This record gives sequence, C-alpha cells and structure tokens, in this order.
Amino acid sequence: MEAGVTTDRVEQVIFDGLVEVGADRDAVSRDASFEDLDVDSLDLVEVSQIVEDEFGVELEGDDIKDLKTVGEVIDLVVARSP
Amino acid sequence: MKRRVAITGMGAVTPLGVGADALIERWTAGETGIEDGEGRCDAFDPGDFMTRKEARRSDRFAQLAIAASEEALGEAGWSDGIPYEPARIGCVIGTGIGGLGSLEEQENVLRERGAKAVSPLSVPLMMGNAAAAALAMRHGIHGQTYGVVSACAAGAHAVGAGTRMIESGDADAAVVGGAEAALTGLAAAAFTAMGATSPSGISRPFDKRRDGFVMGEGAGVLVLEDAESAERRGAEALGEVVGYAATSDAHHLTAPEPSGADAARAIELALEDADLTPSEIVYVNAHGTSTPLNDRSETESLKAALGDDARRVPISSTKSAIGHLLGAAGAVEAIATVEALRRGAAPPTLGWEERDEDLDLDYVPDEPRPLAGGNGNGARPRVAISNSFGFGGHNAVLCLRG
Repeated sequence: MEAGVTTDRVEQVIFDGLVEVGADRDAVSRDASFEDLDVDSLDLVEVSQIVEDEFGVELEGDDIKDLKTVGEVIDLVVARSP
Repeated sequence: MKRRVAITGMGAVTPLGVGADALIERWTAGETGIEDGEGRCDAFDPGDFMTRKEARRSDRFAQLAIAASEEALGEAGWSDGIPYEPARIGCVIGTGIGGLGSLEEQENVLRERGAKAVSPLSVPLMMGNAAAAALAMRHGIHGQTYGVVSACAAGAHAVGAGTRMIESGDADAAVVGGAEAALTGLAAAAFTAMGATSPSGISRPFDKRRDGFVMGEGAGVLVLEDAESAERRGAEALGEVVGYAATSDAHHLTAPEPSGADAARAIELALEDADLTPSEIVYVNAHGTSTPLNDRSETESLKAALGDDARRVPISSTKSAIGHLLGAAGAVEAIATVEALRRGAAPPTLGWEERDEDLDLDYVPDEPRPLAGGNGNGARPRVAISNSFGFGGHNAVLCLRG
C-alpha cells in the first residue's frame, strides 16, 4: 500500500483506467454514469484490478455493483485508502 | 423440395490483403502472401473496422471475422438495414482453435502476476464461439448462432450448417464463415512438434518436395440467403451453395485415412446433394495442405469420387498462396472458389514444379487455367467442389456454383 493517497491521484488513475477499457476520454468525469460511458461489469472488474495494483484497495463485485457514477467509485477508493 | 441457397455477399481478410478481390486477384496473378514461412494478415488494421472498445473485447480471430463480415454484408446490400426478420437469420462461424493468443497472454498474466490479475475478458476472448457472438451482436442477428470447431474443416462445416438451416426452412438467411488467428509461439511449436508444418517454410501443395503446411491467419464470411427471397428483393446472387456433405474417417487423431475413402464419400455425397455428376464439375479447389499425407490421400479421394473426370478437371490449392488458415480455410477457399468460377479462371497451385509419383492429376501449375462453361445465355453453369479436411478425420465438401 502506498501512503499519502490523494483524491486527485485516485481520480487520475480511475479516469485513465476507464479510458483504458474503452470509455471516451472527453466523456469521463466524476458525474458521468457508467451507463453513459458504456462501461459494464466486465469493465469495472478491470478498473478494480488497476485500482488494486495502484493503491492496494480491493473492490469486490458487491462493493461496486450498486454504484452508478465515476465519482462514487472514486470516493469509495479514497475512503478505503490508508 | 429443399430451398436453393444463394450467396449474396462475400468478405475475406487473408495474407494477400483485406478483401475478397485482393485474395482472388493476387492469387490468380501468382502472388503469394507467405513471408518468412507464415501467412500473416499484415494489411489488417482493426481500427479500420471497429472501435477501440470492440477491438479490445475481441481476440484477433474475432476481429478478422468482423472485418470480413463488413465486406460480406456490404456486398449483400445489408449495410443500410438487414432485409430479413432478425430472428430468421442464423450465424455460424468456424474456428480451429479460437482465441489462442488471448489464452497465452492470460496464462502469462496468471504465472507472472497471480490469479487476481487475470482479465475478466479472458473467457469471452478465448471462447471458440467468440467470432459468431461478435457478428451476431454487431449485426443484430437473432436466429441460431454458434461456433463450429472441427479443426481445418470448420469453415466448410459452417458454410454447410448455414446452408442446411436455409434449405430446411429454419432460417431465411445466414451469415457463415471461418476465422483463425493462431500464429502464436505455442501453436507454431505444437504443429512443429507433430511434424505437420513445413521445415522449409514453403507451401507447395502436390509437389514432390512438399514437406508440410505453412501456417496462416485470416477470415472469410459469406452471406447466404434463400434464393427466392434474394431474387424477390432484387439481390444479385454471386453464386449458390448447391451441395454439401460431411463424413468422418474414424481412423487416426491426425493422419488422413490413406485411401481417402471417407473423403471420397463426402465428395460423392456432396455431388449427390447437388444432383450433379462428376462430368459437370469444372474446377476443384483442393484442401491441398502441402503435407505429404494430405496431398496423397486427397488425390486418391478425388480419383475415387470423380473417376476419369479426376484427370480432366483442374485442381488447385489456395494454400499455395496464403498458407493454411486452419478453421478459416474452408470459408476463405469457398470464396476463392466462387470468385474463380465467376471470373472463369482456376488460379494456379503456386510452387508446383516436381511431379510426385501417383500424384498425377492436373494441379494447375504456373498459370491460371480458363474454365469450361460460363455465365452467359445458354452457357453451361460453372460448378466446382471445395474440399476441407480436418485433424480428427473430419471431411467437409462444398459444391458451389459461380
């Protein structure tokens, strides 16, 4: 785990991860919904893997299945970061 | 009476380039797509056909199928809307191995980074039905959709399955074909270990010096339609699937049965299905792998099935120009066959120079051969057979009209 995880850093990693799985960079924002971004459960598992690699925060399916927007995931990761 | 099956669109991505025209024109001109002992689709760029998201959710074999389907559906006039009820369209795409590159990549991830790093896309990337699923989703096909896995006969089995679907009335149209992208380290090592591939890296089917096949990759997709429905909507038929049959050697894991008896039976049954006699066949697109065993047993099977006509009919192998596309071969070769019939010329078996004892048929060396018959008024329609044989002893034969 890395010390000093900032919200900005989490946001950057998740934004980049969403673009990596195919989302349009211009459409990615905190307020964007996964539905709008055409991001499905398989994509979210990939983003979760990136998050775990980067911050050591594990996101299970149950943690994220009810989250609708990018900001909600960012907040969850920040809250769980050391 | 069974319904007739028209071919209204064809698309191919092969080592000779993107497009069915590149395949037939370059092969007929004697050009080869084989370089450094393999047939790679260097001209193919997934970005020309699909979004980045679609591309990363498709193994290369499915990407090749998507590209071939765009050409085929475009030619059929389906691009601006599919002229059939989606539930009445089938989709069958063959493959020998499926997403092998993805499997190897994720195996490395598992070894190097552990189970938790394995991609959630692994299964949909590697599954053998991935190309059929991708085409159904892309084109909105809601009829029966599946992959066919029968090694190097898969492409021909897929065309046959779609043909039967339409003949029987289960579907009014079918998008069929084959796709393969197995130019990986593991596949190369494995085929080499069993002595199937050419140590010299040269594909020269039926030549005395042939020493194995050259691996290739690619895809071929055909749009099949109930011929009467196609006529009603004013579609041009490029050809027809007039006969199909498949048999099994039940002989050996990999070696063909030496007499070619069951392959011959598949040819005979395909002719019977087409209500044709050997004398009416103007061209044979051979399986012709360039392996010592196939080319010998295939020659035997042609002699057994066609009798004296085996010596008259020109026989050539597409694999001489593009290598062996495994599960895509049967579909790509069906396309090459129809185009050869339409253009009235059998492309040559490239590299054929030295006659092998007993392999004494006309393998069309050097130059393309004008074909008998024609498409004009009163001319005898041109019909050909296209052979596909797979490891496991699977034989699939298509009888095609151009």
